Amino acid sequence: MGAASIPLVEMRDISLSFGGVHAVERASIDLHAGEVLALVGHNGAGKSTLVKILSGAYRRDGGTVRIGGREAAIANPRDARQYGIETIYQTLALADNIDTAANLFLGRELRTAWGTLDDIAMEAQARRVMARINPHLQRFKEPVRALSGGQRQSVAIARAILFDARILIMDEPMAALGPQEAAQVGALIRRLKADGIGILLISHDIQTVFDLADRVCVMKNGRVVGTARIADVTKDEVLGMIILGKCPPAATAGLGAMETSRVNSQEVN
Amino acid sequence: MNLLPAPRSSAHRWRPLETVLKATEIDTRLLGMAGALMAIWIGFHVLSGGLFLTPRNLWNLSVQSSSVAIMATGMVLVIVTRNIDLSIGSMLGFIGMIMGVVQADLLPKLIGFDHPATWALTLVAGLLLGIVLGGLQGLLIAYLGIPSFIVTLGGLLVWRGGAWWVTHGQTVAPLDSTFRLLGGGPEGAIGAFWSWTVGIAACVAVALLLAHGRSRRKKFQFPLRPLAAEVFLGGTICTVILAAVAVANAYPWPIGSVRRYAEANHLALPEGGLVIAHGIAIPVLIAVGVGVATSFLARRTRFGRYAYAIGGNPEAAELAGIDTRWAVTKIFMLMGLLAAISGAVSIARLNAATNAEGTLAELLVIAAAVIGGTSLAGGVGTVAGAMLGAVLMQSLQSGMVLLGVDSPLQSIVVGAVLVIAAWLDILYRRRRQQA
Repeated sequence: MGAASIPLVEMRDISLSFGGVHAVERASIDLHAGEVLALVGHNGAGKSTLVKILSGAYRRDGGTVRIGGREAAIANPRDARQYGIETIYQTLALADNIDTAANLFLGRELRTAWGTLDDIAMEAQARRVMARINPHLQRFKEPVRALSGGQRQSVAIARAILFDARILIMDEPMAALGPQEAAQVGALIRRLKADGIGILLISHDIQTVFDLADRVCVMKNGRVVGTARIADVTKDEVLGMIILGKCPPAATAGLGAMETSRVNSQEVN
Repeated sequence: MNLLPAPRSSAHRWRPLETVLKATEIDTRLLGMAGALMAIWIGFHVLSGGLFLTPRNLWNLSVQSSSVAIMATGMVLVIVTRNIDLSIGSMLGFIGMIMGVVQADLLPKLIGFDHPATWALTLVAGLLLGIVLGGLQGLLIAYLGIPSFIVTLGGLLVWRGGAWWVTHGQTVAPLDSTFRLLGGGPEGAIGAFWSWTVGIAACVAVALLLAHGRSRRKKFQFPLRPLAAEVFLGGTICTVILAAVAVANAYPWPIGSVRRYAEANHLALPEGGLVIAHGIAIPVLIAVGVGVATSFLARRTRFGRYAYAIGGNPEAAELAGIDTRWAVTKIFMLMGLLAAISGAVSIARLNAATNAEGTLAELLVIAAAVIGGTSLAGGVGTVAGAMLGAVLMQSLQSGMVLLGVDSPLQSIVVGAVLVIAAWLDILYRRRRQQA
């Protein structure tokens, strides 16, 4: 991951406010191919909002997004998918009343020559991808409502990797998982990374971040406190960034570094 | 044809029948409804001293059900997307008035009275108007974010007022003689030969569909249903289809119609009288066609898939890149189209367009959908269930008329049945979720 190479994703000075409150204020991050960038911070720090701008769920007020060095126009989730950006949302974003295959292909259904849904082909592909991610899942004919939390999570993950994503956004991918399933997802993340996919990982769990990420970016009150290579910082330093907004010398400082007293009022939610 | 003597042989051993039923993967809820319908029919038959299960009554029942059944198919999709349409009764009335004026007033001036193209031009105008009015409501709901309850409640008032306005309350009659066939009656039925043809074609289609599905599953090496289950399923469906055709063909024309027909065609009436079978009524054929088409849309196209996804989780549908607003608009367009079809059938049956046509129809349609298992919480419901619901409600009404029940009591019974059906549905779902 040389510094000279063009980043896969480059978000510059991204801002978005909801009714006068800066959810994200001039935040900049970049993500390279084959790298895991962890995005951490308190609830309401703006992590989810920032990635939702990338995935097309929100539209930014200002700033630029470049994909592979070229400016990208992402106005909705469909546009984001065109750029190879796939997202696993914290809420999973599954339609509970339809089955696994229908969820995996939602919005991108396979169709027969007659233009009708090719449910059997979709089910066949669904079985193939699920066999890789969660071999225990066998109930393909039932609505995903009938599945366990971990199985539902694996459906959401399968949907993201089914379409050859270049950029994968994972918002708390292990929130609903037991230790064994979490380990499976960890292994999957390493495998995807080895395939050259850039992964943006949002997590509350510092241990997960240090296990999986190459770099970490800390946000606080909608601003980036700083970005650092995992190898260059300690857990305590990262916690200091999250809680106090104190940027250690090994990290590149952002707009949100050491401005805690001025913006404390925004932290109340 | 694969007609099986299945029910007789399996009646005394329940276990295998149950296994076969399960293997067919039929919705058990739908089976329950069919069972309830049978019970109601037999109950009325016994209570009325054998008047209910006659070809004549069943034929009339099918015609009377068709108007509500046509609209119920679309209402399922509307409710599945967490919306409601209260305007369809008024819309039916308004479009009916327009179609009445077009065929009885406008077209005769332009192309002459009883022109062979009158019925088609009228119908096309009505259907287009339905799509436009439905689409207009859909746009308000989807793009301006006004709740569908409010938009269509407004529509209920607006279109009903509009229906009066078209002719300042005057009834339009008589209608074009060809258009009138859409409403049924002896002439508005397709006769014995074509009824059998339609029935057999439907059976062939069922067999082909089952065979196609099986070969596709084989190609992808999916688990197959046991062959016995497939044959049982196909055999049952075909038996029901052919039995329905037989019943429709067992209802002969009334003597007056036969005499008029004979005179018109310069036929001499034979000694024992001429027996002409009704066959399937055209409105019933339309309703079944609409049901098959809407069911196809709901289950086999992206349009339907998106409707269910939006109902299940609107946010997820949006995040999956679905244009949810346009999808909802299209569903209201379809609803408007169906209200127009229903309007055509209604005025044709009455041989007149009145501004009160379709009053309260929206509530019957919603009731049919709910009795048919559509959940007002969204995401759940089947077209076939809603159509069965329409037939069930009409059966109750016709049965009570046969028994001489007062009309206030009829409303009370239908209302109670609606609430009980919704309650049973809740119990059923709760039990299935726990299982």
